[in-house]
Amino acid sequence: MKNMKKLIYFVLIATLLLGALTGCAEKGGSVSTDGSTSMEKVIGALGEAFEKNNKNVTFTYNPTGSGSGIKAVLEGRCDIGLSSRSLKEAEKADGLIETVLAYDGIAIIVNPANSVADLTLEQIAEIYTGKITNWNEVGGNDEAIVLIGREAGSGTRDGFESITDTKDTCQYRQELTSTGDVITTVASNPSAIGYASLASVKDSVKAISVGGVAPSETTVKDGSYAVQRPFVLVTKKDTKLSATAQKFFDYITSAAANEIITSSGVVPAK
Amino acid sequence: MAIKNKKKLIENVIHGIFLILGLVTVGCVLLITVYLIVSGIPAIREIGLVDFLFGPKWASTAAEPKYGILPFILTSIYGTAGAILIGVPIGFFTAVYLAKQAPTRFKTVMENAISLLAGIPSVVYGFVGMMVLVPGIRKVFNVPDGASLLAAIIVLAVMILPSIIKVSMTSLEAVPKEYEDASLALGATPIETYFRVSVPAAKSGIATAVVLGVGRAIGEAMAVMMVSGNAANMPSLFQSVRFLTTAVASEMAYSSGLQQQALFSIALVLFLFIMLINATLNFFLKGQKEGA
Repeated sequence: MKNMKKLIYFVLIATLLLGALTGCAEKGGSVSTDGSTSMEKVIGALGEAFEKNNKNVTFTYNPTGSGSGIKAVLEGRCDIGLSSRSLKEAEKADGLIETVLAYDGIAIIVNPANSVADLTLEQIAEIYTGKITNWNEVGGNDEAIVLIGREAGSGTRDGFESITDTKDTCQYRQELTSTGDVITTVASNPSAIGYASLASVKDSVKAISVGGVAPSETTVKDGSYAVQRPFVLVTKKDTKLSATAQKFFDYITSAAANEIITSSGVVPAK
Repeated sequence: MAIKNKKKLIENVIHGIFLILGLVTVGCVLLITVYLIVSGIPAIREIGLVDFLFGPKWASTAAEPKYGILPFILTSIYGTAGAILIGVPIGFFTAVYLAKQAPTRFKTVMENAISLLAGIPSVVYGFVGMMVLVPGIRKVFNVPDGASLLAAIIVLAVMILPSIIKVSMTSLEAVPKEYEDASLALGATPIETYFRVSVPAAKSGIATAVVLGVGRAIGEAMAVMMVSGNAANMPSLFQSVRFLTTAVASEMAYSSGLQQQALFSIALVLFLFIMLINATLNFFLKGQKEGA
């Protein structure tokens, strides 16, 4: 009986060791990315394609948010940081450089039941700063406007507020912590308005046109759609990327990656 | 002799292992406390204690940032008080009914249901609240948006029910049967007996249950974040509000610099609140020991 127990232990330990060894046997480099949750779709697709083309390479993406991603690069916790806003001067001074990967349109979304289909950039700003408080002032039903936004620090909020020039003056009714939350909330409230990454807008909400231009890949690319922002790759100026990371970087900024970037709903920079 | 020594050695080794395991727990508590204090103090010093605790406006990423957490403190207090106001009567009467009157079979079913309620993850409470409660409040009260303090209070009230019911039940069931028999023998009706004899005898246990409920309510973040709207307003029933917990949780991911330090300071304030609640809890538990 006692021997039996010993045998079981032995087998268990042997299995564990074997498992550990197989882990080591895998060769090839790794690329770690960290940052913007808005970039999940595009960077995920690029990482997948990269892994497919290069055997034994591991790609990781940590969806923490633009600020965290930039911090992670600075502290050397990842190879490439992902940010859905341009770097601030202070961050550039810390030795970081930015490379624009793509442009993302921010869609202004309302409930499908809302009859309003077009707003100007000024009207959007006035709605968000509380100057316009009822939908009937912009041609809709007599309903109070419910402003849905993102939390302080979010790349999408920063993008939206800097484009509409409403920094620090938005009178949010709700500040939600993810794009999905914003879409769900707008979809369930007929008098709500919100903003979200164009790539993640679903049929459950209506993306309105801004100044007569409907948000789409074409209008973001040619610059006619006003509410758009860059997707930025953040790297350190004086630290060289590992061979694998450099290969990934070159791949995603090359024309070969454009198709994948486009299919993720954003517009390639090159 | 050798065997005896060997036994003693084993005994000592095991003693050592237990000691180390115990120290790990204490170490965690100490580490968290020290870390919170060390990282929470600098922002308070920079902002100023009075401005921080009693400042009415929070705008952490504004060009001229404001770090006043009075709205969060008041929201946490109002929210918890509201949850207690709704949750305690329901929980208390349920506990009395289940401990004293319910038929055994029904009691078993109810007890299982309550355990299940306690085991539901808070994100599920939040999700149901977001999909059902928030639109419901919007329609019933005819307000533009249902995400509000009221929604958070209702969700919290449901969430604290299990701990209130369970702890109250245990203490009600621990009341010696002789007390009740004596009361009944003197001609009191069962209901009179339960409320005049059993409940007073179990009062410190019930107080413990309430304090546990307060602790659960004030520390909850996930469920509350999904239904309360998260705007840093002064609390009012149909207004979108932000709690101490959600203030930390919602901004931590993207925060930097003084904003991040201020979030640690909020966590420190929350920590002090919880300590206060634990001290109250200990007070009641002590009372219970002496009472019994």
